[in-house]
Amino acid sequence: MATVKIPPVLRPSVGGEKEVQATGADVAAVLSSLAEDHPDTRSQLFSGEGELNRYVNVYLNDEDVRVLDGLETSVSETDTLVILPAMAGGSAPA
Amino acid sequence: MSPTGAEVIRKIRSEVEEVDPSEVRDHLGNGVVLVDVRESEEWDAGHIPGAKHVPRGYLESRIEGAAPGRGDRVVLYCASGQRSALAAHTLAEQLGYENVASMTGGITLWKDRGYQVETPRSLTKEQRERYSRHLLVPEIGLEGQTKLLEAKVLLLGAGGLGSPTALYLAAAGVGTLGIVDDDEVDLSNLQRQVIHTTDRIGTPKVDSAEEAIEAINPDVEVVKYRTRLDASNIMDIIPGYDVIVDGVDNFPTRYLLNDATVRLQLPVVSASILGFDGQLSVFKPYDGPCYRCLYPVPPPAELAPSCGANGVLGVLPGTMGLLQATEVIKLITGAGEPLIGRLLLYEALGATFTELKVRRDPECEICSRPPEDISDEELGVFPDYEAFCAAAG
Repeated sequence: MATVKIPPVLRPSVGGEKEVQATGADVAAVLSSLAEDHPDTRSQLFSGEGELNRYVNVYLNDEDVRVLDGLETSVSETDTLVILPAMAGGSAPA
Repeated sequence: MSPTGAEVIRKIRSEVEEVDPSEVRDHLGNGVVLVDVRESEEWDAGHIPGAKHVPRGYLESRIEGAAPGRGDRVVLYCASGQRSALAAHTLAEQLGYENVASMTGGITLWKDRGYQVETPRSLTKEQRERYSRHLLVPEIGLEGQTKLLEAKVLLLGAGGLGSPTALYLAAAGVGTLGIVDDDEVDLSNLQRQVIHTTDRIGTPKVDSAEEAIEAINPDVEVVKYRTRLDASNIMDIIPGYDVIVDGVDNFPTRYLLNDATVRLQLPVVSASILGFDGQLSVFKPYDGPCYRCLYPVPPPAELAPSCGANGVLGVLPGTMGLLQATEVIKLITGAGEPLIGRLLLYEALGATFTELKVRRDPECEICSRPPEDISDEELGVFPDYEAFCAAAG
C-alpha cells in the first residue's frame, strides 16, 4: 500500500492522522481508495464531476503529478503521495 | 651547500611563465581566471576587478573553487610578482594545472600603469567587530557583509513570522528593513511574536519592531508602513526593495503580492504556518515558478483556515521565520542554493522535513507573460474572499 501524507486541513477527515495507507495502481485509484476509507475527504479532493480539485496539489514522492501523468500516474507500494492545498497562515494581517 | 631563499625564488621564477599586466588587462574576461594570492587585508585594500581571492596559504585547498579545471588559463598576482610566481609553481608542479602564469610586478605595477583597482567598501572598526563572525565565513566575508549593509528588505507583517525574521536580519546588518503592519501589539501575540514586549502592548507593531531593531543594531534603517498592503498601495511600497519577505495570513494579499512582484521581478521569500505545520519557498520571477504556478487557484473558504484565528505552536513561526531569514541572506549575498523551485514542508510534531519540486507552469496566468504585459487591473485578481469568509461563518 502506498503512503498518503495528509495536510493539516484534511486531518480531521481522517481521524487526525498525518499519514494513512491506501491501495491503488495509479494516483486516481489511491485517492479513490482514500475517499472510500475516509468519505469526508471526497468533497475536498474531488469536484462534483469527479475531477481532482484544482486547488489541491498532489505529489508522487517529490514530483507534482501534473508534470507526470496526472491522475493516471502509476503508484507503487513504496511510493508516497503528498496532498497539498495552499496554506496562508502567517503574521498578523499586513 | 643548500641554496639561499633568494636563489630558490630566482630558480622558480625562471621556470614559471610570467605575463605583463598589459596582457592581463587585455585578456580579462576572456575565460582567464585571475587569482589574487595575497592576504585578506591586502585584498581589502584594493584588488583587480574581476579577480578571485585565494590567499597563498589556502592555495591548495581553495584553488579549485576559483579554477575548477586543470586546463583553465589561470593568472596569479600578488603585490610584486614574487608570491604569485611561487604559487604558480605550486599549481603547475604539484596540482597539475597546465596553463598557469604569474603577473609580473604584481598589483604595484598594475597600479603604476594606471589600470583600474576595485576597493571594497570598508567597515568601521565597530562593524568589523560586530560582523566578525560573518567576515570569517568565506561564503559571506566582507563582500557579502557589504551587500547586506546595502540591501533593502521589506517585511510584510511584524507578527509571528516577521518577528524572528526582522530580529535576525537586523542582527545580520541588513541596511534597510521596511515593515508593513497596521496592527497594535496584543497580549495574545507575545506567545510567538518575539520582537514585541509586554510593556509595549497597545503600541503600533511597526513602532515596537523599530524599537527592538534599533536596540540590536543601529546600522539598520527602519522604514515603517502602518497600513495593510492592498491593491491601492502596493505599487507605492514595494518598488526599490531587493527582497520581499511574505508571511501574511491571507490569500488575497499573497496573490496580489505575487502578481506585483512578478511584474517588478522582485524575489519573494514566502512562508506559511498552521498548527504544527510550515511551508517555505522562494519565488524568484522568471528564474523559477511563481506563487500562482504552485497554487493556480486558492482553496474554498472551508479549506482555507485563514478566515479566522487559528492555533499555532508559538515556536513554529520562529522556525519558519528563521528559515526565511536564511533564504533572504542567501539571496542577497549569492551564497548557496536558494529554495527556488522547491517547497519545503516542516512538520514539527514528527520533526520531519519534506522537499517537493515546484515547476514553472508554462500556462501560468501571470508569469508566462512578459512583466510589462501585466496590467494594474490584473494585480491580485481573486475571488471576493472577504465575502467568502463571511459566508463560511
